[in-house]
Amino acid sequence: MRQSVTINVNGQRHTQEVEPRLLLAHFLRERLGLTGTNLGCDTSQCGACTVLLDGQAVKSCTVLAVQADGSSVTTIEGLATNGQLHPLQQAFWDNHALQCGFCTPGMIMAATDLLRRHPDPTEAEIRTGLDGNLCRCTGYENIVKAVRSVAEQSS
Amino acid sequence: MARYVGTPMKRREDPRFIQGKGNYVANIQLPGMVSLAIKRSIHAHAHIRRIDTSRAKALPGVVGVFTGQDLIDGGVGKLPCGWNVPDIKVPARWPLAVDRARHVGDGLAVVAAESAYIAADALDLIEVDYQPLPVVVDARKATEPGAPLVHDDVPGNVSYTWAIGDKAAMEQGFAAADHVVDLELINQRLIPNALEPRAAAAQWNPFSEEMVLWTTSQNPHPIRLLLSAFTLGIPEHKLRVISPDVGGGFGSKIFHYPEEIITPWVARRLNRPAKWVGTRSEASMTDSQGRDHVTHCRMAVLNDGTITGIHVQTWSNQGAYLSTFAPLIPTALYLTLLSGLYKVSGIYGEMWGTLTNTVPVDAYRGAGRPEAAYLLERLADLAAARVGQDPIEFRRKNFIPKDEFPYQTPVAFAYDSGDYHHLFDRVVEMADYPAMRQAQTQARQQGRLVGIGVAGCIEASGPAPSRVAGALGSAVGFWESGAIRVHPSGKVTAMTGSHAHGQGHETTFAQVVADELGVAFEDVEIVHGDTARVPFGMGSYGSRSAAVGGSALVSSARKIRQKAIKIAAHQLEAADEDMVYDQATGKVYVRGAPDRSKSFAEIALAAYTAHNLPDEVEAGLEETAFYDPANFTFPNSAHIAQVEIDRETGEIALQRYVAVDDVGKVINPMIVHGQLVGGIVQGVGQALWEQAVYDEAGQLLTTNLMEYALPRAREFPAIEHGRIETPSPHNPLGVKGVGEMGTIAATPAVVNAVLDALAPLGVHHLDMPLTPQKVWQAMQAAQA
Repeated sequence: MRQSVTINVNGQRHTQEVEPRLLLAHFLRERLGLTGTNLGCDTSQCGACTVLLDGQAVKSCTVLAVQADGSSVTTIEGLATNGQLHPLQQAFWDNHALQCGFCTPGMIMAATDLLRRHPDPTEAEIRTGLDGNLCRCTGYENIVKAVRSVAEQSS
Repeated sequence: MARYVGTPMKRREDPRFIQGKGNYVANIQLPGMVSLAIKRSIHAHAHIRRIDTSRAKALPGVVGVFTGQDLIDGGVGKLPCGWNVPDIKVPARWPLAVDRARHVGDGLAVVAAESAYIAADALDLIEVDYQPLPVVVDARKATEPGAPLVHDDVPGNVSYTWAIGDKAAMEQGFAAADHVVDLELINQRLIPNALEPRAAAAQWNPFSEEMVLWTTSQNPHPIRLLLSAFTLGIPEHKLRVISPDVGGGFGSKIFHYPEEIITPWVARRLNRPAKWVGTRSEASMTDSQGRDHVTHCRMAVLNDGTITGIHVQTWSNQGAYLSTFAPLIPTALYLTLLSGLYKVSGIYGEMWGTLTNTVPVDAYRGAGRPEAAYLLERLADLAAARVGQDPIEFRRKNFIPKDEFPYQTPVAFAYDSGDYHHLFDRVVEMADYPAMRQAQTQARQQGRLVGIGVAGCIEASGPAPSRVAGALGSAVGFWESGAIRVHPSGKVTAMTGSHAHGQGHETTFAQVVADELGVAFEDVEIVHGDTARVPFGMGSYGSRSAAVGGSALVSSARKIRQKAIKIAAHQLEAADEDMVYDQATGKVYVRGAPDRSKSFAEIALAAYTAHNLPDEVEAGLEETAFYDPANFTFPNSAHIAQVEIDRETGEIALQRYVAVDDVGKVINPMIVHGQLVGGIVQGVGQALWEQAVYDEAGQLLTTNLMEYALPRAREFPAIEHGRIETPSPHNPLGVKGVGEMGTIAATPAVVNAVLDALAPLGVHHLDMPLTPQKVWQAMQAAQA
């Protein structure tokens, strides 16, 4: 009962046979070896697995690989271009917006989508905008700072 | 002299994490690897009459299914308890339960399959014949006559009792008092919820008979020792334990867990690499949980606000088995903290460690110290109100004066240093506390429920020294190792027994070593978390890494400097005592003649060529130190929180949070700030939202992050944070613990704020978490 899917991940086309129940998160981690997408919960609460699906942030533990057939996916591994960190990656580093790093890929992907939708969010809007992503280490403060600093750079 | 210590250097760990290249255990994939999944008890207490694995074994893709009895037949041993107080009864705990399950989530069988999906399918095909037994979940009710026994050989479910202090002095203090305030409180059970679920991977080499285990541990060497000596039986020199990047711990990854035994056992049995990756619900049901105290506490005071006595009785829930360090937490890390910041002679604390049909409880961020701080700071507020003093005025009246350090408390600890008056001066100034109170008065006149909460807390961090720990029941020492290998080119590899799981040791320890040797930060690499690459080390917990692990690296760097001086002196034809080691540059020169010098790289090369060394000096430049601290360090904090409660909904808005902490000297202020702010948010989580909820049948109702409420970004204002520095006098860096301090103070600060807001309604105590529902009900009851 396998189905063929073609998914463009970080600019590369991948065609694979998958079980219909295979989660996109597992497709990325196990089929493609893109282990930057972390899994922190069973119920789509933590957001560690957030990726961009056709440009929109989704929790890849709640998307089936077959649902992503024909789509483009960007993971944390695909965010830097030509060895140049994405501004959010740089800002997370500059602002100490991570400690253990486990939530970081999802947090950065969610923030990418937040800034796409809302290029100049206030601090409160950033806090609300990242409501779907949990961090147990930082207390969020430096994450908010990092996102805000990127908004300031580009506005 | 310090060039790097004290500066906010960006973390060298970060490039891998921000690009998705973190090396977590779940990412490990080896050829032929099988996925493991564990069948877990659905009952809190049940006889296991039969486990039928035949249908699971028949599922295509399943490689093996093993029960607890299979593991015992295959040589596994019981999980030991590493802290043995007098007369303790340690119940048997096997990696998988054999004939009786004692909490929901207790492991019963393990499946090995070609994929994680097949392993999960196979779990559903395992049939377990349970005979449910009566259940007890509450720490105090477990001791009542007729309570079901969790273990037949632990009568009354009391595993141990412990007490400290001078009971007669305490009773005198109460007899002399003008007022006594009294509180029955529950310090609720928490689930640590590090964001990375626990995982283990193992690879067996049948030819060398060596096992490699990757595990999400805060302390790989003690885990290796326990595996060798007690549970798995592979000798230490044939067992390599690696804790690569670990996604948060908060204590929950200190302990020896069944999956660390099961995974390598299966890998050897099947002769295939094996991996177990926990789910969040498994983490909720099997990671050691935190807190869970039922406490009766009293404070005696004079009319002028002087505290004359503190008496505490606590029933501490240990869960169904004793986790690795469980008895340490409510004894030597809890009752010993009952002096807080205060000078009180009459203190007496006693506790009962009880067994229940719940997940085992052990250290969780703060571990005992938050429970002590919480009850003290609640009592302090009640007592201040009773004598008609402002909460800060009351606390200041009782502070240990700064000229009395080191200060011997009546409950064992000798505090190293502090200046609590100055600490509070700073927080009052930063918060503009008088203005906050004025604004509160105005708000109250408008009928608004605004509250201001104060907490002043002490922590004992970096458990020490080893001989005292041993006398208190520890099976291990609390020293740390630090080894420095200077390569012939002068580049440096430093190996630490500490383990980082978010703390940034690869950066901070490089700052320390670079300064000690006078080399460039870039020329120092830090290695940790691998028993094959690092001397035996004790790992990270109890806010010990900088004070103990950092000091160990300082000690080994000093040995390197001594040897470098000998080599340089010999080559420059000068006496050792005439040499100066310039820590700014790494140059060693003759005093008064700085041009007669050898650079660090020249000395390193000379040490390895060995062409011209003094007779008594061996070739090479590599030193190891085992640093055993003389004492704990005693960081302390003054936190002020302001909340406003919505009268209609009971919702609490945290409006301001102002914190001043004294964590001694700091190595990297950016990282210290991050630790404190992260800790504060976690502490607020306990005050307002977090709770592991069990029903009467022992079912855990909070097994995922929908049901267990972690703090979210939108619930917080920016934290206003400041520091004062009273260096610890007994470690070479002058540092104190920082990892747990924020968590300890935040919980009482926020609860005190909420109860201050509710005080006009006559509500004086509520148990955490202070959910809108609980607050709303209290308001309704008060107004009825």
